[in-house]
Amino acid sequence: MRQQQFEADNQPLWDEIAQVMDDLHRPRSKRRLSREQRLDFPARYRQLCSHYALARSRGFSPALIGQLHGLVLRGHPLLYRQRGGWRWRLFHFILAGFPRAVRRHRLYFALSLLCFLLPALLMGAGCYLQEDLIYTVMDEYMVAEMESAYDPANAQPGRSTERGSESDFTMFGFYILNNIGIGFRTFATGILLGVGTLFILLFNGLAIGAVAGHLSRLGYHETFWPFVSGHGSLELTAIVICGAAGLLLGQAVIAPGQRSRVQALREHAGEALQLVMGAALMLLAAAFVEAFWSSSALQPAGKYLVAALLWSGVILYLTLMGRGPRGSR
Amino acid sequence: MEAGLTEGSAARPLDTLRSYEIPEGVLLDFRLAGPVVRACAWGIDAALRGLLYLALLLITTLLGGLGMALTLIGFFLIEWFYPVVFEIHNGATPGKRAMGIVVIQDNGTPVTPSASLIRNLLRAADFLPLLYAAGLVTMLINREFKRLGDLAAGTLVVYRDRQQERIQPPVSSASKPPIELSEDEQLTLLAFAERGETLSTERRQELAELLSEQTGLRGVDAVETLYAYANWILKGR
Repeated sequence: MRQQQFEADNQPLWDEIAQVMDDLHRPRSKRRLSREQRLDFPARYRQLCSHYALARSRGFSPALIGQLHGLVLRGHPLLYRQRGGWRWRLFHFILAGFPRAVRRHRLYFALSLLCFLLPALLMGAGCYLQEDLIYTVMDEYMVAEMESAYDPANAQPGRSTERGSESDFTMFGFYILNNIGIGFRTFATGILLGVGTLFILLFNGLAIGAVAGHLSRLGYHETFWPFVSGHGSLELTAIVICGAAGLLLGQAVIAPGQRSRVQALREHAGEALQLVMGAALMLLAAAFVEAFWSSSALQPAGKYLVAALLWSGVILYLTLMGRGPRGSR
Repeated sequence: MEAGLTEGSAARPLDTLRSYEIPEGVLLDFRLAGPVVRACAWGIDAALRGLLYLALLLITTLLGGLGMALTLIGFFLIEWFYPVVFEIHNGATPGKRAMGIVVIQDNGTPVTPSASLIRNLLRAADFLPLLYAAGLVTMLINREFKRLGDLAAGTLVVYRDRQQERIQPPVSSASKPPIELSEDEQLTLLAFAERGETLSTERRQELAELLSEQTGLRGVDAVETLYAYANWILKGR
């Protein structure tokens, strides 16, 4: 068939497809075509694709091929897009998807925990026994500020003395910006052979251990431990989960196994994203607890009780939620 | 390496065109966006973000204590989720839109929320050690101009397809080419006839005179003759 004949025969179909695609791009309420016309789209689209293939194989002119290619290109995302249901998916993710993902990657979680906890314990013990060891991870100014923040004479532990109670909201915003940012970076830098993740985990372990050891040595138990024990359950666990996500990325690059690196990376990134998003939600909750609960001037006994509840809640959530009857672990 | 993406065969010229075979059995062509155009898009977005930050600071000074919290949360959202919101909505941030590029999945479908999250969270790694150095190096050493985030998310940044008005070849008499032409040669003639009117007269004639040795014609006559051959190919086969 000659090109001109081919075009004359099929132009009406191409025009119609273009119209349907215009219509599908409009918001639902503003659509003009009937439901039947839209439901015909997949069949028409296949016809269009075969016309495009014909035009290419018969050596028709580049402009015609370009026109058909443009139509095929525009239709493809309309036919194959994913959409909808995000509220339900979020709900399901919190109730089951996230804890399952953490359990699926418990080895990475354990490794991440080790990289965080070991330096924290060593440094904590060191700083408790040795007065000036803390200066290896912090400068004098920071140490002084930290000491004043947890001085028992301070009415609001965890804050410098000059800050008032109206700053609860401000601190909430700050914890979100700072802590979730750290979580995201812990994950993202894992792609650099896992080195970034390990560095952040080790450094945070050292710093947190140092502060805890140093303040305990000074005898600030009454202010420090009640303040941190509550939100620590959510915050530290979440950072360790972000570390696990980063290690997943790093492992894909270092040891992809029977796949190409890019393929392994893509698969691991999808899994790691679940860990990171869940951890981000945990950090959000931690920011709330830290800003509005940990800073309140309650008796340490009450704080410890809530902290115990929070810790057991986090542990039970991660170990038990989402275990279904059909063998889902 | 990349599932479904086919490389141009070695015989084809070096190009940034990538093809993907869709389930309907035909090839979709995408033009990859390189580092420069993407850096420009990022620059526009950075300027826009700067304005958003300023607006947030303004709100804080008006609202006081509570405003400060909102500003910090706003900073967090802009820093991490500014591109995600736009990419999920229509595949491109305002900067990318202005530069005419768009983020898609490797298979040509719109970028999914999780892929958008992955590629944008990994900006933190691409940015290292400064100003997207890691991202740039990665883009330059793989064939699809992917930065680390694109590799992990399975996304491509390509030029948005411009809806072009099709140029009809100029109407002229049809005449049979004096010799048998191969398919490639016929396509070249068709392409010349269709694109001819977009070129300047001098360039058109210059191109037509590449065949002067065969046609024995120069100037306007050379162009007209090639148009006539093209017309014959369109109608007469």
